[in-house]
Amino acid sequence: MTVTSDMTTLRQWYPVAYPNQIRPESTYDTTLLDQRIRLSRDDHSQITAHRLADDNSEMATIPIVQRFDTLFSTLGDSPRPLPQIAEFSEDDRRIIHCGSFRVRTSPCRIVENFLDMAHFCFVHTDVLGSIDRPEVLSYKTEYHPETDEIWAVDCQFFQPTASKSAAASGQGLMAHYSYRILSPFSVMLYKSAMNFAGRFDAICLFIQPLSETDCLCYMPMAILDNVSTKTDIIDFQQSIFVQDGIILENQRPKLMPLTPRSETPTRADLSSIAYRRWLKSSGVRFGLQSVEGS
Amino acid sequence: MGLKLFNYGLSGNCYKVRLLLGFLKLDYEIVPVDFYPGLEHKQPDFLDINPLGQLPVLEDGRVRLRDSQAILSYIAKKYDPSASWLPDRDATKFSQIMMWLAFAGNNLVAAAADRLVDSSATFSAPEIDKGRQALTILDDQLAERSMMGHSWIVGETPTIADIACFPDAALSNYVGIDHEAFPHLRNWMRDFRRLPNFLTMPGIPEFA
Repeated sequence: MTVTSDMTTLRQWYPVAYPNQIRPESTYDTTLLDQRIRLSRDDHSQITAHRLADDNSEMATIPIVQRFDTLFSTLGDSPRPLPQIAEFSEDDRRIIHCGSFRVRTSPCRIVENFLDMAHFCFVHTDVLGSIDRPEVLSYKTEYHPETDEIWAVDCQFFQPTASKSAAASGQGLMAHYSYRILSPFSVMLYKSAMNFAGRFDAICLFIQPLSETDCLCYMPMAILDNVSTKTDIIDFQQSIFVQDGIILENQRPKLMPLTPRSETPTRADLSSIAYRRWLKSSGVRFGLQSVEGS
Repeated sequence: MGLKLFNYGLSGNCYKVRLLLGFLKLDYEIVPVDFYPGLEHKQPDFLDINPLGQLPVLEDGRVRLRDSQAILSYIAKKYDPSASWLPDRDATKFSQIMMWLAFAGNNLVAAAADRLVDSSATFSAPEIDKGRQALTILDDQLAERSMMGHSWIVGETPTIADIACFPDAALSNYVGIDHEAFPHLRNWMRDFRRLPNFLTMPGIPEFA
């Protein structure tokens, strides 16, 4: 496969590994946008990254930065800066990541699913949604020009078991959400934190597109929870993620269509419509059906 | 004292044990193990519990067992007074169940399971072929059973052979093996899901 020529997609930072995946004095090979890359850790624990040639020899260096307990790299010049997420610097938060999960579909589909509240009660029944309360209440989307981000705000949804810490209470609650689309293939949500009135858990989804229809998903979180064990929190998030993975891998076509009427939107899809418009105006082609095909 | 299961939610082998405990309505304590990404099952503390570094492990008082097939046998033998999940008085049925437990622990593994979380795993064609072969063998067995008017792998009622085979068979769909080619397997999975006290796991929806 050849590396994409889509400049918007090239000029982004992407997660490529968690720091602990690269052991001292060893290497870790992976793929980013169809380009094979190698991460190496030297005897001073410094990490470097290179593009790999067909014969596995190391070619040009590419940048590597660590943020949100995750390593990011880019194949483009002057990439769009990584987002500011203040919650990751707050002292009373637990920074937890749930591993990286393979999902064989377009990164756009994965972002769109993350934004979608309408599927909660059908895919995450009795956890993030209840079959008898499926309605998505009205919410707003906003464009933030200073950061070039799309936000969906004032979202709320009735959830039987909104989080690991909410499970202990045994009763459902109205969970409040905001979503931030941070870049074409990264998104996060703020979700009301149980036992911390007025504050929100920050849950990120950074996608490493291996190719247009094959992705690794990284989910670093800055969580307010002084009750659950780390293992319990991870178990909760992973279970939800695997349920989404099944749905995502069954969506056809794998590449997301952008033409307005190829898939029917409803009110619940307001954020999806905003996302698709923003992709289009940003000039993203990666992971999308080509316009000629429509 | 009581039963204690060292468990990981996305492991098909742990799910086998949870299924039987659920069918028998037994109370048990879950000890969550951070299998991924923490790899807690490879750390010294867990290796003291199971030197193979594998899940599940079941503790029942002073008894400690590894291997989901062995654990299923233990629970059925000890806690199912009707002996319907493991009919051990009938030599043929008993040994056929052992045969299918071995199949579940060896051949069928290629069809799926813990690849749910192995993010770097590539789905090599030979491996998927091995998984398909195993599912074909299971499908043939179920076809033969259905011609004789039976729905289950061995005998007239569900046994631990069905429990041992169910998770990887069901999860194989998730890793990309199409079940269209296995009509008897699909009927069996549908019947299995309808058993009283059936439990789901992430990756295996309640209806399919």
